[in-house]
Amino acid sequence: MRLLNLLKIAYKAIVLNKLRTLLTMLGIIIGVASVIAMLAIGEGSKESIRANISSMGSNIITIRPESTSSGGVRASADEMQTLTLKDYEAINAQATLLSYATPLVNGKGQIINGSNNWPSSIYGVNPDYLNIKVIDLQSGSMFTDAEVKSASKVALIGQTVVDNVFPDGQDPVGQMIRFNNIPFKVIGVLEVKGENTFGQDQDDVVIAPYTTVQKRILAIDYINQIMASAVSENDAPNAVTEVSEIMRAQHKISASDEDDFSVRSMEELISTFSSTSEMLTILLVAVASISLLIGGIGIMNIMYVSVKERTKEIGLRMAVGGKGSDILMQFLIEAILISVTGGALGVLLGLGSTVFIEKFINWPTSVALYSIIISFAVCAITGIFFGWYPARKASALDPITALRYE
Amino acid sequence: MNKEIIKIEDLKREFTMGNETVHALKGISFNIKEGEFVTIMGSSGSGKSTLLNILGCLDKPTSGTYEIDGVNMKDLSRNELATIRNEKIGFIFQSYNLLPRTSAIENVELPLLYNSKISTEERRKRAINALEMVGLGDRLHHTPSQLSGGQQQRVAIARSLVNNPVMILADEATGNLDTRTSYEIMALFQDLNKQGITITFVTHEPDIAAFSKRTIVLKDGSIIKDYKNHTVLSATEQLAGLPQEEHSL
Ligand SMILES: Nc1ncnc2c1ncn2[C@@H]1O[C@H](COP(=O)(O)OP(=O)(O)OP(=O)(O)O)[C@@H](O)[C@H]1O
Ligand SMILES: [Mg+2]
Repeated sequence: MRLLNLLKIAYKAIVLNKLRTLLTMLGIIIGVASVIAMLAIGEGSKESIRANISSMGSNIITIRPESTSSGGVRASADEMQTLTLKDYEAINAQATLLSYATPLVNGKGQIINGSNNWPSSIYGVNPDYLNIKVIDLQSGSMFTDAEVKSASKVALIGQTVVDNVFPDGQDPVGQMIRFNNIPFKVIGVLEVKGENTFGQDQDDVVIAPYTTVQKRILAIDYINQIMASAVSENDAPNAVTEVSEIMRAQHKISASDEDDFSVRSMEELISTFSSTSEMLTILLVAVASISLLIGGIGIMNIMYVSVKERTKEIGLRMAVGGKGSDILMQFLIEAILISVTGGALGVLLGLGSTVFIEKFINWPTSVALYSIIISFAVCAITGIFFGWYPARKASALDPITALRYE
Repeated sequence: MNKEIIKIEDLKREFTMGNETVHALKGISFNIKEGEFVTIMGSSGSGKSTLLNILGCLDKPTSGTYEIDGVNMKDLSRNELATIRNEKIGFIFQSYNLLPRTSAIENVELPLLYNSKISTEERRKRAINALEMVGLGDRLHHTPSQLSGGQQQRVAIARSLVNNPVMILADEATGNLDTRTSYEIMALFQDLNKQGITITFVTHEPDIAAFSKRTIVLKDGSIIKDYKNHTVLSATEQLAGLPQEEHSL
């Protein structure tokens, strides 16, 4: 009953001071909304970078040769000849945490189809490659293990290559092209992948059996890389260790010696990138905190001033029999009503502007629950405290002193 | 009916402003019995409001004792004082002190909001009744800014009546009213006094004082006169004697 009366009193007081209520709420609304929106942008870009990298195959593991410092001059990885098919075979036979593996040799060259030509890269791999990189085919089919064995001159090409050497729109599958003057039969077209995170065109490629590329194009018997995929993203770090052991045994590297190869998982790459975008988020959090602080000071200010302003009102309420606790409860209820409503509206506005940013500015966003909770809590608590504290001071005065306040 | 409802002894009230001390009340003693109708008079600045504020439990004396209904005010907690103000005292401020932007009826209801024993319907009924008693039955939903000074004063009077107090303390309650309306208010007070309500009334005007049974005169914070009126005028009769054309309501 008493609480009901106080609710009524608080409600009347809020309606009575529409402008003050509105201003206070505005402070809270903007504070909460800006924090939510800003953090949503930060989280969104972080997630989009992550998703982008993951789309390149997040459990990919690459093994490359690496020069050791013992030889004095370090050679570049491309020139190194220390990685061989034997290494690939050893890994393929011994590793337990890998689902696929392929040797990889690559070179650059000119693709020619009649009068059309286009500079591109060729990757020599085995059929596992598509599974490792998670690439589908638009048309045609992948070459077989038998074609790898026989070093067949067959190739799959990416969309960029199709666009440049088959400009008339004819179906490339079954056509002959030349790569560095070696004729290849096109047996498939890769699905469109677009640019990767580093801005490389992933569709500007030719894929052929590694045996063919080794013999016909590069004339080498070593390989440039071994590419594999861990059975799962979680197993990637262990797979890296496992592969390193196999390689050390394979290359007979003693415990005290440096590796002459490197094993990296995409996971590491992701974490490097994530830490960059982590910086971005920290920056945005800093900006958001400042706006929360300013919002909080605003709320504090308006609440404090308005309660001070109402010292006379408090005096009158006490004069007609309001107890100190009644007055405090009234102001507390008022402050809670204003802060919670403001906070809720702020959350709505924050979510709304996030949707707006996503839809119309095309920035990726992702609303984090913690941003809603923190901003709401900070604003609501500031509002409630500064609605309550000056009221507490005023209600401790004698009624006549409060009534005389100017 | 002869119990002493107010008993003050050597009451002093000092205000310190910087290094200067204002002695607003310099040791005042008197008693008021239940059912009395007392006027407090005195020139401006003589300490009338200061005294009334203490009697209304709104302020505390610097020294001296104030016993209300047999209890020393010093022994009462803030909450107990609030309850006394809420249930026993009707206080009319010299400067009205109405809530701005709040209708007359809501202003009058205010004291009852702090009394949880009174239901919403009862509250409304009593507020309307009090406003009708002061002749404002047709101004229930006007806010103070939509009312004349005298009407605001009457809302303040209605607010002091709404809690059915045992004691009314009025600080120049007719200061802003024309003769006819102030006589009407005095008639109302005389009527309430007949029902047993103790009334203490501050005024400047001797003709208003003539309606009370006793007059206390203050000067510079001290009592200089305290006398019984032997010929108490009836406000109702005086009202009947006023010329008809002076129609105020
Ligand atoms: N809060 C205060 N601080 C300082 N001095 C005060 C305060 N209240 C009253 N006084 C002083 O006390 C004296 C008495 O004031 P009070 O208001 O009681 O006069 P009053 O008799 O009601 O006068 P009026 O008829 O003009 O209303 C005055 O001199 C006034 O200046
Ligand atoms: Mg006065």
